[in-house]
Amino acid sequence: MTISQFLVLGALLFSIGIYGVLVRRNAVLVLLSVELMLTAVNINLVAFGSYISDTLRSGQVFALFVITVAAAEVGIGLAIVVLVFRNRSSANVDELDLLRW
Amino acid sequence: MDWGASVSWMRDWISNADNVVFLVISLVIVAAAIRVVSSPNVVHAALMLVLALAGAAGLFLMLGAEFVAWTLVLVYIGAVIVLFLFGIMITRAPTGRDPVRLDHARRWPAAVVALGTFVTIATVTTMAFGDRPVEAAVSRSGELGDVLFSRYVIPFEAVSFVLLAALIGGIVIARKDPDR
Repeated sequence: MTISQFLVLGALLFSIGIYGVLVRRNAVLVLLSVELMLTAVNINLVAFGSYISDTLRSGQVFALFVITVAAAEVGIGLAIVVLVFRNRSSANVDELDLLRW
Repeated sequence: MDWGASVSWMRDWISNADNVVFLVISLVIVAAAIRVVSSPNVVHAALMLVLALAGAAGLFLMLGAEFVAWTLVLVYIGAVIVLFLFGIMITRAPTGRDPVRLDHARRWPAAVVALGTFVTIATVTTMAFGDRPVEAAVSRSGELGDVLFSRYVIPFEAVSFVLLAALIGGIVIARKDPDR
């Protein structure tokens, strides 16, 4: 196994996630696409950690931290989406123009 | 690289069992990820994310990151997807309204941006690192636990504090305001 195959897969997953973030209107689906991008980052981190094979296991440790922060992000993000839906009765990101000047 | 060398390199690559497993898993991941961003059904998109994350966990097992793989399965497939399904259930538009479209009408600019990102990242990283080999699956979860609680103990505690803050923040944000 070479490192470049993992890097290309990570780049592909990341760009699919970017496409989802740009094209989806529902906020929950935007968050799902963000999870795809974070998974791509995790694949790159673990592949690099396996490539440099240090005794500190820094790639895997950072992947664990990314997973934890992503779980926190999903909790807060979905709470915000639920609150916005309760106030505006819509979860579409392009209808939220309260901050437009 | 001329054609014959390329063919023989691909034959060498595919004759390795690890590479075949990688190819199958990555095809599953990419297909599931494309369904996540293109499925017209919201619940199907969330369930396809389960498939993509399970494939990523399989890749982590191939790379010897056993603990990360099972953490991914527990945290994402066990908890985060359930949270997403609850979010979909709560924020689904009530019946009787016109079915709202899930995607924007202009998809081509987004596709162009995604393609440009892929070409840039893939070219730069492949040129920088080339085909250097990665270590095959040797699982050392004990060493990971040792280093997590000795060298990385302060970041570990900071991350647990972030989780606690997110827990309290989620409750405070999503709670109904009792004054209204």
